[in-house]
Amino acid sequence: ISINGLAQVKHVVLVLSGKGGVGKSTITTELALALVHAGKKVGILDVDLCGPSIPRMLSVGKPEVHQCDAGWVPVYADPQQKLAIMSIGFLLEDSDEAVIWRGPKKTALIGQFVSDVAWGELDILLVDTPPGTSDEHLAVLENLRKHRVDGAVLVTTPQAVSTGDVRREITFCKKTAVKILGIVENMSGFVCPHCSECSNVFSKGGGEELAKLTGSVFLGSVPLDPLLTATLEEGRDFLQAFPESSTYTAISQIVNTVLSSLDA
Amino acid sequence: MADVPNDAPEHCPGTSSDQAGKSSACQGCPNQNICASGAAKAPDPAIEEIRQKLTSVKHKILVLSGKGGVGKSTFSAHLSHALASDDSKEIALLDVDICGPSIPKIMGLEGEQVHQSGSGWSPVYVEDNLAVMSIGFLLSSPDDAVIWRGPKKNGMIKQFLRDVDWGEVDYLIVDTPPGTSDEHLSIVQYLSGAGIDGAVIITTPQEVSLQDVRKEIRFCKKVKIPVIGVIENMSGFVCPKCKNTSQIFPPTTGGAQRMCEELNLPLLGRVPLDPRIGRSCDEGRSFLTEVPDSPAAVAYQNIVQKIRDYSSSHSTPDDPC
Repeated sequence: ISINGLAQVKHVVLVLSGKGGVGKSTITTELALALVHAGKKVGILDVDLCGPSIPRMLSVGKPEVHQCDAGWVPVYADPQQKLAIMSIGFLLEDSDEAVIWRGPKKTALIGQFVSDVAWGELDILLVDTPPGTSDEHLAVLENLRKHRVDGAVLVTTPQAVSTGDVRREITFCKKTAVKILGIVENMSGFVCPHCSECSNVFSKGGGEELAKLTGSVFLGSVPLDPLLTATLEEGRDFLQAFPESSTYTAISQIVNTVLSSLDA
Repeated sequence: MADVPNDAPEHCPGTSSDQAGKSSACQGCPNQNICASGAAKAPDPAIEEIRQKLTSVKHKILVLSGKGGVGKSTFSAHLSHALASDDSKEIALLDVDICGPSIPKIMGLEGEQVHQSGSGWSPVYVEDNLAVMSIGFLLSSPDDAVIWRGPKKNGMIKQFLRDVDWGEVDYLIVDTPPGTSDEHLSIVQYLSGAGIDGAVIITTPQEVSLQDVRKEIRFCKKVKIPVIGVIENMSGFVCPKCKNTSQIFPPTTGGAQRMCEELNLPLLGRVPLDPRIGRSCDEGRSFLTEVPDSPAAVAYQNIVQKIRDYSSSHSTPDDPC
C-alpha cells in the first residue's frame, strides 16, 4: 500500500531561477536521470502550470493519471519505476490548451500535487518551477513546510540580464529560509562542432561571479550543447547517449556535489 | 479583475473572484460582507479610467511568448528603439514583468527612479521621445525580490496603466513575463476599454518552446487579441571563426515556420543568435545602433517595418495616422 504525500521522501530539492529560459527543466531532468543512474529512486514535481516542459523531456507525453486509495498515482518514466513524475501536462486533454489561471487556482492545484500524490519511497524529490517569485513558489513552500525542504539549486545563464533576476531569487530563498545548495551556470559557452572554437554566446562567468557575490556554492558550468537540446526534444536520455561528452562530466560533477551536501 | 484592498488578509482571493467573501481567508476581513453580497463584482471602474487615460495612445502592442527566455524583453526594447529612431514619433515601453523586470537593465536605465507629480507618475525617459515604466524603477536595490501573489501584481499593473502620465504616444509597447496567468489576464482586462492593436509572439525554434507558444496563441484567441505575427529568435548560430551555421536550438518539429503554416499566422522573421545582442542588453545599449549591419540587426529592422505596416493599416477610422 502506498503512503500518500511525502512521508517516505528522504530529500526535497527545488530547482529555481527567477529568470525564464535558463534551463531549469533541463537541469531538473538531467539531475533526475543522473540520480537514477546512480541507483536512486527519484521523483520530479513539475509546478510550472502554464508551461510544463518535463513530460516532453522525458517522453511521457499522454499517459493517464490514476487515483488510488492513497491519492494520485504519479507517472513513471521507466518500467522499473525509478523515476516518478507529476505535471499538469498529464492532466490536459489537449496539449495545446492554455492553462489560463490566476494565482489562487494555481495555488490550490500545487497543494494537491504536494499532498495528494502517492510518491511512495523516494530518495529525492526534485521540484521544477516556473520563473519568478510568485504564487507557484509560495504555494510549493507552504505545502512543503509540513515535510522538509533540503534546499534549492539555482540556475542562471552567464549574462547580467539573467543573474540580475537570480539575485532576486536568492533574496526569496533567504526570506523564506530555503537553503541554497548552489548555483549552476548553464549555456556557458558553445564549442563549434565544425572548428572547435568556443564562443560565449550568452556572455561568460556571470554564474560564478554571482556565487562569489552572494556567498553561495558554485556547482559548475554546463555548456551550450546542441546534442543536449536535441535529446531533450526527443525525450531521450542524454546521459546514456553521450557519456563521453564534457556536458556529461559537468552534470555528473553537479550531481555529486548536490548529493554530498544532502548527505552532510 | 482580482483586486486586493489594502486591509485584506494575506490569501485574499480578490474582490472580483467567485470566492470573494466566501473563502476561508475572508474570515475576519472588514470587507467580507461587501464581497459576499456581490457588490464588489461590478465591472472595475479602472477599465473606463484607463480607456480615457489612453485615448492619447494611438497603438498598443503586446509582446508575448508563453515560454521564458526566448527574447521578449530584448525584442520589446529594440522595437521601442527602432520606432523611436523616427523623431516625429513618441514611444512608450511598459514592462509588466513584476517578478523579473529586465527592461531597466536592457534600456540602460538601472538605478533610475520614478517621480510622482499632480498628473501621475512620470515614466523614465531614455530619449526625448522614448519613455519607459517598470517595477524595476520602484525597487531600491538589485537584490530586492518582489514576492507577490497574483492580486497584488494585478493592482500594480492597473496603476501602471491608470496612473502613469504617458502623454501623447504613437506606440505603447507592453513587455510581459512568460505564461498565461495574472499579468496577462490583467493587461487584457484593464485594456479592454482602450483596445489592443495586436500581439507579437516570440519563440525559439525548438519544440520545447513551441509547445508553450501554441498555448499563448490559444490564449490570444480566447481573449480576442489579434496576433500580428510570430518571430523565431535564436534561429541558428554562425561561428565567428569558421562561419558554419549550427542549430543550437534545433527546429526538430519544423520550427516557427511549420507552426505558423499550421495555425495560419504570419512569420514576421527569423533572428539569428548573435553574442553581441546579449552583450548590448547587459550593457544597456541598443544593438541596432551598436552593430547595424549585422544579420540580426537587419532581421530586426525588417520585422519592425512589418509591425509599422500592420499598425498603419489597422488604425481606427478617426485616427489621422
